[in-house]
Amino acid sequence: MLVAENITKRFSGVVALENVCLELHPGKVNALLGENGAGKSTLMKILSGVYPDYEGRILFRGEEVRFKNTREAQASGIAIIHQELNLVPFLSVAENIFLGSELLTPFGLLDKRRMREKTRQLLQRLALDVDPDAKVASLKVGQQQLVEIAKALLHQAEVIIMDEPTSAIGDKEVKALFDIIANLKREGRIIVYISHKLDELFAIADRYIVLRDGRFIEAGEMKGIGHDELIRKMVGRKLDARLRQRGGSRTGAQVRGAPEVRREIPTEEGTIYRRRPTELLPELLTVRDLCLYSGSRTLKDISFALHKGEVLGIFGLMGAGRTELLESIFGLHGGAVSGAVSLGGKAVSLASPGDAVKAGIALVPEDRKKDGVVPGLSVRQNICITTLPDLATMGVLSDGKEQALAGKYIGSLQIKTSSQKQLVKNLSGGNQQKIVLAKWLATNPSVLMLDEPTRGIDIHAKTEIYRLIMQLADEGMGIIVVSSEMPELLAVADRVLVMCEGSVTAAFGIEEATEDNLLKAALPNV
Amino acid sequence: MAFAINTTYRQRLSKLQPLIALFVLCAILGFLSDKFFTVTNVWNVMRQVSVNICISTGMTLVVLTAGIDLSVGSILAFCGAVTAGLLKNGIEMSSSNLFIGFTILGASLAGLIAGSVLGWFNGWAITRWKVPPFVATLAMLTIARGLTMLWTKGFPITGLGSRFDFLGTGWFLGIPLPVWISGIVVIAAIFITNKTALGRYIYAIGGNESAARLSGINIRRIKIIVYTIAGALAAAGGLIVTARLDAAQPNAGSGYELDSIAAVVIGGTSLSGGRGTILGTVLGAVIIGVLNNGLVLLNVSPFWQQVVKGFVILVAVIVDKINAKEE
Repeated sequence: MLVAENITKRFSGVVALENVCLELHPGKVNALLGENGAGKSTLMKILSGVYPDYEGRILFRGEEVRFKNTREAQASGIAIIHQELNLVPFLSVAENIFLGSELLTPFGLLDKRRMREKTRQLLQRLALDVDPDAKVASLKVGQQQLVEIAKALLHQAEVIIMDEPTSAIGDKEVKALFDIIANLKREGRIIVYISHKLDELFAIADRYIVLRDGRFIEAGEMKGIGHDELIRKMVGRKLDARLRQRGGSRTGAQVRGAPEVRREIPTEEGTIYRRRPTELLPELLTVRDLCLYSGSRTLKDISFALHKGEVLGIFGLMGAGRTELLESIFGLHGGAVSGAVSLGGKAVSLASPGDAVKAGIALVPEDRKKDGVVPGLSVRQNICITTLPDLATMGVLSDGKEQALAGKYIGSLQIKTSSQKQLVKNLSGGNQQKIVLAKWLATNPSVLMLDEPTRGIDIHAKTEIYRLIMQLADEGMGIIVVSSEMPELLAVADRVLVMCEGSVTAAFGIEEATEDNLLKAALPNV
Repeated sequence: MAFAINTTYRQRLSKLQPLIALFVLCAILGFLSDKFFTVTNVWNVMRQVSVNICISTGMTLVVLTAGIDLSVGSILAFCGAVTAGLLKNGIEMSSSNLFIGFTILGASLAGLIAGSVLGWFNGWAITRWKVPPFVATLAMLTIARGLTMLWTKGFPITGLGSRFDFLGTGWFLGIPLPVWISGIVVIAAIFITNKTALGRYIYAIGGNESAARLSGINIRRIKIIVYTIAGALAAAGGLIVTARLDAAQPNAGSGYELDSIAAVVIGGTSLSGGRGTILGTVLGAVIIGVLNNGLVLLNVSPFWQQVVKGFVILVAVIVDKINAKEE
């Protein structure tokens, strides 16, 4: 049993946790819930030795422990799988898993054969099909996350903390992970599971623990508690009734000529409504026979069309080529791509992102930290980065124009920042994502491609992003959404393409798209 | 709220650190040596520092993109030699009985163009072939030095005439000409970094190259421009050095890349890119110049001077790390 008593943690004067008490029982999966900034990660970092100075005490197996570093925590059986990955990119999968606890031969040399073998077994348990000798850098984010999980499994930890373990992995891997969690539970281990995906928590958690604004709110059994009740405890306010009203008021005069139906998009904070044309508007983006040749991962003869005002969802398991498809259209794979893309009848060059931007295509990438924002630049500078030439007079940047542009999007997207000059690295994930959206909206794109747009951001920001997608589509923008979360895709998309192993295997109108259909088309034919 | 004010105050203070260090240094040297604060000496230091300021301004731009340029010293020597050679001997083609003479302006421009071309080559190798900047410019360090030796045949080119030497030794409106040159360079660079898209892109590339690329910025073009500017500014330094000594020495500028990197680092620019200012670099260059000058005035052995300089660089980086942590 792991008990935390009256934990308080301050960061240079700001209280992150206040008098938090916690009891974790063996053989249970404990769901830790709370909005971003509630203190979940901080608490887990204290339990796993990342932050050695805090007030209060931690009892593990009846004795008080105070870990000076993660190594000590690991040695006594507490492992954490961080949301941000801690892998060495240029070491192999096996080398990463055994980093710090290498197996040696009797002569004291590295026993690579045994490590490779052990790694293969671990990967098999996780249903991850990668070579133990593959460099971690060559894996996709989702695969890297599974490697991180494998690392924790290796250490036979008694307490395993998982911080958003499924934020980047596909359904197949999630299922394998849940099987493993069930096994670990049977072995009597303590699992702490942090996730924004409530469905997952209902599927595997035994108990819930809710934090809000750095305080402990409530703990209890998952059995018997409802979806809405749990959310209410997390956000501490009534479901967003305002939203409902606004949706309701949007019936009335037709804006676009085509007959419209109302779409309802349920979110955890209420329902968003959208007026959707029953007939498709003209084609906007046309992709013909797109192929990508790059080592083992390729795209094969992909053709599809995106219509004006349409939200096109793309579903697929990990490695199906969804991200690569968006990247190819955006010009990130240059010479390795063949095929034709046209926008509004005009051919689009696939040579560089600059060409794509000029043509009116925007991409909000999957990995916000790596590809989305420049953390050391300010909010204003990040928002203005895509349109600088327009913000200059005779080559001289105009402070006024920059300020106006940044102000406009901080207002319309409700970006929470203390000032325009705040550095982006100090903002929460949801607000960083809004900044990436803002810099693209500033270019006035006709096609907006979103790769996992709500990954790792809190419920409130998620709702806002859904609402934005709907609004933009209503204004006639063509939107492509790639997502691993099926409910999300089914909620926002008008049509769903399914990809498998680099090809498009099916396309469904939203009426025929069911979870069953999508999954069937996404699974490779054996 | 009090907390927020406190942080900005501290951040401002950390930006002022190089300036405070400079004042303290000057106060100590002024106290120890009565020659330090004489007008002659002050202008002397400024004149010496202006070469490093030229070079380091280019170096700052390069370092802001998370790059490095080790070839500035060699480029400086080559361009000085090209200018001196053209000015003195012109180009003589005995086969066609052709002789091309050069004016001071023509020869100087030729030197600047030569520097730009070598800098462009650095950028091209780095962006086209993905050669790490350290290696590409290390290669150029050798290449440009070899070219200098070939051009001068290993002997200094001297006797360039007082009108050319004016560039290094002259005065204009009571200020030495090298100070004018470096001042203009600095103002132009501050303008570029703060007020143009190019400057913003330089910071963005150093801060997160991948995000910059995905924002549609042409990374290759920006980097090539930056290395070309660095080459041109090294060449400008070469003109000043050559004019001051009235000679293009084949081994001029060796080791200048280290003083230049030191100035950039002392000025608070992060070697991992994306963070730093031109003004910081100017202060860094002045600190090194004052230190050199002061230690000479105090009759400290040149060997000790090197030791002291090394420690100053180390302390500057450590202080910077501590600042970064507090942020």
